Amino acid sequence: MDGLMSEIVAKYNYWIYVILMMIGFYAMLAKRNLVKKLFGLNIFQTAIILMFVSAGVKHGAKIPILDKHEVLEHGVNVAQVVNPLPHVLMLTAIVVSVSVTGVALAILQRIYRRYGTLEEDEILEKIKE
Amino acid sequence: MTGNLHIYVLALPLVGALLVNLLGRYSLRLVPPLVLGALALSFAAALKVLSGVLEHGAFSYTVGNWQPPFGIELVVDHLSALMLVLVSAVALVASFASLHSVARELADRQQHFFTLYLILIAGLHGLILTGDAFNLYVLLEITSITTYGLIAMGRGRAPLSSFNYIIMGSIAACFYLLGVGYLYILTGTLNMADIAHIFPTVQGNVAVATAFAFMLIGLWIKMAFFPLHGWLPRAYSDAPIGTGVLVAPLMTKVTVYLMIRVMFSVFTPQYEFFQHPGVQNAIVWVAALAIVCASILALGQRDLRRMLTYIIVAEVGYMVGGVWLANSQGLTGAILHIVNDALMTLCLFLVVAAIASRVGSLHFDNLTGLYRKMPLTMAAFTVGAFAMIGVPPTCGFYSKWYLILGGIEAGQWPYVVALVFSSLVNAVLFFRIIEIAYFRTEGDGHVPLPGPIAEAPQMILQPLLLAAVALILVGLATGPLVEQVIRVAVPGGL
Repeated sequence: MDGLMSEIVAKYNYWIYVILMMIGFYAMLAKRNLVKKLFGLNIFQTAIILMFVSAGVKHGAKIPILDKHEVLEHGVNVAQVVNPLPHVLMLTAIVVSVSVTGVALAILQRIYRRYGTLEEDEILEKIKE
Repeated sequence: MTGNLHIYVLALPLVGALLVNLLGRYSLRLVPPLVLGALALSFAAALKVLSGVLEHGAFSYTVGNWQPPFGIELVVDHLSALMLVLVSAVALVASFASLHSVARELADRQQHFFTLYLILIAGLHGLILTGDAFNLYVLLEITSITTYGLIAMGRGRAPLSSFNYIIMGSIAACFYLLGVGYLYILTGTLNMADIAHIFPTVQGNVAVATAFAFMLIGLWIKMAFFPLHGWLPRAYSDAPIGTGVLVAPLMTKVTVYLMIRVMFSVFTPQYEFFQHPGVQNAIVWVAALAIVCASILALGQRDLRRMLTYIIVAEVGYMVGGVWLANSQGLTGAILHIVNDALMTLCLFLVVAAIASRVGSLHFDNLTGLYRKMPLTMAAFTVGAFAMIGVPPTCGFYSKWYLILGGIEAGQWPYVVALVFSSLVNAVLFFRIIEIAYFRTEGDGHVPLPGPIAEAPQMILQPLLLAAVALILVGLATGPLVEQVIRVAVPGGL
């Protein structure tokens, strides 16, 4: 039990992302309201973004903007510079997630105009009629 | 110029999309020449790339001259060159029918439709070429987002189907991204070749297995591998006819190609197949189950398009099973089946477009007497049906032959039985339609069809006949295709 606790505390960032991800996953699968499903999707995507960003953390390191003369003289001390790649990747992932949300909201608008509701059960009822 | 040709394959549809969107606003008459021009040039470039690869072998290209593993690498080998030709050919042929049916269905929104359509094709070309795991994720989402839009343009419950597809598709993409994240944390690189290079040092790690499982499940949802297929039948059968003609033949097949890419360019066959034979065995079992269940579900449908969507799900089972048989016969069959299934699905969805343009409904009851009314269309349908069943000399026979040989070689009898069973079910499915369309007359309470012969419009009929002839030609050309392209693409160690 002690070992498990210290494991969780040492890697708490990953546990937070797993919990967030499961919240999002639950919302997507269990909620009957389409907007709530979309919220779930956003939480899910954010959890993965946080995972990448927290994987890129380096304690005591600075932003990766280097002084040219200093680098030429002393070289780069990798421990003092954060790797920018995970953040850059996540900028792209955020763009993707925003576009998906945009398309989904547009489609939800069409659904609402046609059926007058965003509850999945009610929509299916109306389709059957 | 010739060294960059593959970039043109990818860039021409993209530029076409921009032009269609800008110029289509002023005049809808500009849309068809722009779409066809971009796709025809892209197809020509793809053919040139394939002949170049056959002559000089595979090569890789660094975009913007950023050296890998820092820059994004494009890989042009035998398999990707073959896929480029396949995708651009199918896209070109399908676009004729799409142009016709979209002009009817979505009269004033043609330019929007074809903007998305061309971006989708550019995204598919990008997926085929990319040698970067994260780039693959971005392109996967580009193709998916455009598909969501194309499907949502349909009538009836299409927006709802499209929304369900968004949820499932995004979960899939997130799973893939998560797998890439694990690999990145382990190896510190995103370039596929570089990951493969570092792979032996991290091989035993549990995180590698997790990454592999996430990436694989993500791709399986995207390709609608049973039991993760729930979104596909609704999404593809509610979409506009013009969307189905393009999306149904290409999306699932390109995703199967991606699975092959990830399995053999990032991970190694040794790791997947031989370290955990239980997993490999289980996946072939699931594939066999997928084939049987999807075939049975197809039997329950009374609408031609719905039935075809379930057949697509069954065919995905063929290909996944073939890849996981872990021998070169099975993989050859799976790659050959990607080509053949794309053409068969194209042929049958063109038939759907043709029938929809004349009859309207695709319900079985409305198909009576079609052989008399649309003889050429139904002749092409018969060829497509024979290919799906696997009658020689149509191409469907040869890939099934390789798959069955691979199954026997691997001793995977359930998979072999599932293949034979599915062929029988396909025979039942298609002969049922042939019976309705050929023998049953309109005497049983249906509105008599106007006129004796009313073929589909030329814009649909010509591509359809071309696709039907292609089914037989590709079948006859199986030998050279396998010898010169696919055998080379099968990785060593199998």
